[in-house]
Amino acid sequence: MVEKSRPQILVTGAAGALAQQVISRLRDTCNLVAVDFREQVYLGDDIPSYCIDFNKRSFEDLFRRYRFDGVIHLGRIMSSQLTRMRRYNANVLGTQKLLDLSHKYNIKRVVVLSTFHVYGAVAYNPALIDEEAPLKSAGLSADLIDSVELENLANIYLWRYPDLNITILRPCNIVGPGVRNSISTLLGMERAPVLAGFSPMMQFIHIDDMADAIVLAYNKPQRGIFNVAPQDWVAYQHALKLCGCGRIPVPSIPPILPRMILRTLNLRSFPSYLMHFFKYPVVIDGRAFAREFGFTPRRPLKEIFRFYRENKKPV
Amino acid sequence: MGLASILKSRLIPAELENHINRIRKPIGSLGYDPWGYNNEVMKYGFSLTRQIYEKYFRVEATGVDKIPSEGPVLIVPNHSGQLPVDGLLIAYALASREKNPRIPRAMIERFFPTVPYLGNLLNEFGAVLGDPTNCAKMLANGEAVIVFPEGIRGSGKLYQDRYQLKRFGNGFMHLAMKYKAPIVPVGVVGCEETIPAIANIKPLARWLGIPYAPVAMPFVLPAKVHLNFGDPMVFDDLEIPEEQVTERVEQVKAAISELIDTGLSERKRLF
Repeated sequence: MVEKSRPQILVTGAAGALAQQVISRLRDTCNLVAVDFREQVYLGDDIPSYCIDFNKRSFEDLFRRYRFDGVIHLGRIMSSQLTRMRRYNANVLGTQKLLDLSHKYNIKRVVVLSTFHVYGAVAYNPALIDEEAPLKSAGLSADLIDSVELENLANIYLWRYPDLNITILRPCNIVGPGVRNSISTLLGMERAPVLAGFSPMMQFIHIDDMADAIVLAYNKPQRGIFNVAPQDWVAYQHALKLCGCGRIPVPSIPPILPRMILRTLNLRSFPSYLMHFFKYPVVIDGRAFAREFGFTPRRPLKEIFRFYRENKKPV
Repeated sequence: MGLASILKSRLIPAELENHINRIRKPIGSLGYDPWGYNNEVMKYGFSLTRQIYEKYFRVEATGVDKIPSEGPVLIVPNHSGQLPVDGLLIAYALASREKNPRIPRAMIERFFPTVPYLGNLLNEFGAVLGDPTNCAKMLANGEAVIVFPEGIRGSGKLYQDRYQLKRFGNGFMHLAMKYKAPIVPVGVVGCEETIPAIANIKPLARWLGIPYAPVAMPFVLPAKVHLNFGDPMVFDDLEIPEEQVTERVEQVKAAISELIDTGLSERKRLF
């Protein structure tokens, strides 16, 4: 029997380090169900865990069986993973299915994880980008379209179905132990590529702080879109230096040259379509989220970089 | 490390370091602010600019104390001389003043962020992409911001048009009104003579993707520069039609024009 006093929450992307951090924070007070479309992960006997494709009909059975109160949707396939079409199917169509089912089964709270990549790295970006700023990344590369589409979709549901109480979070670079995204891989390398002469300002949030932010967001049913970033900034090449990374400069002009080089190398951690993020800054303003949800990140940049410096050789 | 600290002690004397540290900037734990300003790099920039300011252009600045010691303020000069030397000199004048020094932020052309090395370096010295959002956020942060309302129309003008003010955009006035920032007009005299250009090869500029391609000598002449700072001009934030905003812009333009005339009359020789 399910205890009614404890909220039932569906957490997607359970195989990821972030979801596991969120789960560990909520498992004492909530009944959790974990799903992932990549692999089935064991999270203890008290948390049912499934490997399931959101686009399959059997996904609805979970909603019937567990009667969720809320959904924390962290299961995004990152731009460095899988093919463009599979990403689109999982991120956009999968999310649509998830939101449709959430509406059908009267879910009262949905938190969707997006990314700051949606703003796009453009030379003319101002710093401290607000949530109202246009999403330019779709114009930069077809590989980032699914990120923007996912947001558009979540936005439509946000306004069409206010009862879902959707909150979309756009975090800056999430880094820290266990994180497998491209920036975390770069910081962990012995030598990392840089675009010669470009060292854009970046923001980093520790995975533990991000998990705190998601839990804070879930617990306060405040609809809307929020950037999540600490009030601290560092230039990319300086960050590499602090992580003990050597720098391999990639020729940066004319712009066609780095694109050709990166396409030829086809590096997972430094793909050509993310090239602009290593050239122009995308500095977001996280103050609205901090104010609204009382969020204060606790891990300073120095601590984040020390972790990468001391863990160059993974066990 | 040894060499770096020796170089630093040579280039940045203790009194300069103290001077910069005295100016409290809103920066993060690693010395950066959101626009890329870096306190440590700034010290090198300051040390280098001191030589350019004092020895090369032998700048005479009058009335720099008229810039308020705190709070948002827009510093509005005339723009000239192909390169943004005028912005650099005004910034140094304010940063080096004895009483209440401030490190102002200069709004720069949209072309600079695309230039490798230089774009980042300018950001580290406090220059910021000339975007209204940037200017608004910095005024909200209580910064002193240098704006050239003439933009490239001013910096790219030919020697024959020297000391003629080009059209001013209205954007700076809207921001000054919204953020209740006083406007300090500045008349810059001398920068027109640093790189006198006789023509602008527009097709070449288009091809290279740069704002203008002047026909000029390939070096910067050591013209003596006079900076005349005017009294702060305060404008209310009432909702007024664009025509009246333009009138206010014209008042600022007239004030700058007057300051230029003062500078020109004070100037004894070009170099």
